[in-house]
Amino acid sequence: MSDRAAVRAEAARLLAAFQEAGATPVDPSILQPANTLLDLYGEDIRARAFTTADPLRGEQMLRPDFTVPVVQMHMQNGDEPSRYCYAGEVFRRQESDPARAVEYLQAGYEVFDPRDPATSDAEVFALFSRLLAPLGLRVATGDMGVLMAAVRGLTASDRRKEMLLHHVWRPRRFRTLLDRFGGKGARDRRKLLQTADPLAKAGPEIGLRTRADVLVRLEALRAEADEPPIPAAEVELLDDILDLKETAPNVLAHLRDMAVDMPAIADAVARFEARLEALETAGVDVATLEFEASYGRTSMEYYDGFVFGFYAEGRPDLPPVATGGRYDALTRVLGQGRSSPAVGGVIRPALTLELAT
Amino acid sequence: MTIKLGVPSKGRLMEKTFDWFAERGVGMGLAGGEREYSGRVTGVEGVELVLLSAGEIPRELSAGRIHLGVTGSDLVREKLPAWERQVVELEKMGFGHADLVIAVPRFWVDVDTLDDLDAAASDFRRRHGHRMRIATKYHRLIREYLREHGVSDYRLVDSQGATEGTVKNETAEAIADITSTGETLRANHLKMLSDGPVHRSQATLFKSRNAEWDDDTLSVLNGLKRTLDLLD
Repeated sequence: MSDRAAVRAEAARLLAAFQEAGATPVDPSILQPANTLLDLYGEDIRARAFTTADPLRGEQMLRPDFTVPVVQMHMQNGDEPSRYCYAGEVFRRQESDPARAVEYLQAGYEVFDPRDPATSDAEVFALFSRLLAPLGLRVATGDMGVLMAAVRGLTASDRRKEMLLHHVWRPRRFRTLLDRFGGKGARDRRKLLQTADPLAKAGPEIGLRTRADVLVRLEALRAEADEPPIPAAEVELLDDILDLKETAPNVLAHLRDMAVDMPAIADAVARFEARLEALETAGVDVATLEFEASYGRTSMEYYDGFVFGFYAEGRPDLPPVATGGRYDALTRVLGQGRSSPAVGGVIRPALTLELAT
Repeated sequence: MTIKLGVPSKGRLMEKTFDWFAERGVGMGLAGGEREYSGRVTGVEGVELVLLSAGEIPRELSAGRIHLGVTGSDLVREKLPAWERQVVELEKMGFGHADLVIAVPRFWVDVDTLDDLDAAASDFRRRHGHRMRIATKYHRLIREYLREHGVSDYRLVDSQGATEGTVKNETAEAIADITSTGETLRANHLKMLSDGPVHRSQATLFKSRNAEWDDDTLSVLNGLKRTLDLLD
């Protein structure tokens, strides 16, 4: 059997396992409208996806993942609860590492079930654990929900919280903002903000960002200048959460302690606890499960709850063998007014095959 | 055995390149009339001159069709993915200076830094329903720079010329382009962000990692480096 055929057979094996777990196979188009993806991921997607053009339909992208088309399909006409699975090629442009594949197979499993998120999280994770168990992979887990709840619980204006939440996935900008809102490194803009007519000598109004837009932001800057800094103790607590990296039960104990000082995370901690219980019920060895609060912050925009990844130990050259997580926010963005709790993940058959042989 | 040296085929960049080599004892000139794109080299053995558009030199270096090339450092960074794996900077030549900058309308008094640009872009998306557009031809450099600094909510639109005019024409809200004096920016009511340029470009002598390097070509290279006083 050729390499390609072997990988295809491995993908079919995983797809069959997903079907056996109760998922309906789906087969989205390879060509996806570029605008949806650009709107969702921003300019970065151009560096990661192949863009092509059709004279009638405009710019199209070769699907960089299945999640977006599957969510769109479900939000248009899916029943709940639903489970979907798929296996097929995804395409990734590689701008810096020639060793990385530009085309590879993914097999995935996605659950849309509004009833009990903890049980759905556990279902997906336990299924992936079981399928990948023979490979002895290192497992990483995280929970974007705890971090986001902690941000929402800060003593800060809604605007500050929104800006922080917007950049949760960009750690460097998040840090800059948090420092500034905490009173460190804030620029002194009194001169600009106190001038009677700050636009007086500023030159003509050109372009679509209007004078009104500038005035609105100046108003926001004035409000921010008047706003007291976020208390240092709260910033410290947020940093403590970001630094959490231990086994899940230990993390739970820490989070419970932290929730005493930051009641806003209590619900997220309760969800974390419910998930651990559900994982245990599903047969996962929770006592040794590694948890890292910052996991999922750099590459997984739109995951907003439980996140996980499976990695080949001692093979830093390989991308993750499997990744997944909860993406309720994505369903809201793509649902045109509707949303649906959703969790899922993908496995790379080429890697499971390589590591098994 | 000869090595091929690609140099810009016209204009001030060509003249300055010829001057730079002449000052170091290597004579360069066009072989025939001014319109013929082949050249000759004196003062060093085994170097063949290839006259090319400055914009094509990165590609030729990457393909290994020329061993050495003179072009702007901005063009190499923009056109070659993982450029450091494909070429080596032998020497910055001290001319052809230009800064790649991000510029916004001068009346945006609330925007001085990347921080401001990011916040203004988020507000703009909320108020106008689409991402703030930045017109440029330096897609890779700008995208990488903005990603590194965590700026989101923008979109690049391609502009191959007269980029400073795109804001007034309402095809972009901001621009990213090369400037040497800032004159054109000012004339078009634009100002650059105060964080400093995205890249300070200048004419640079590059060595291709992908060209054929054997004992013969390496010895020609070393001869040239000795003449140019570039030995490390």
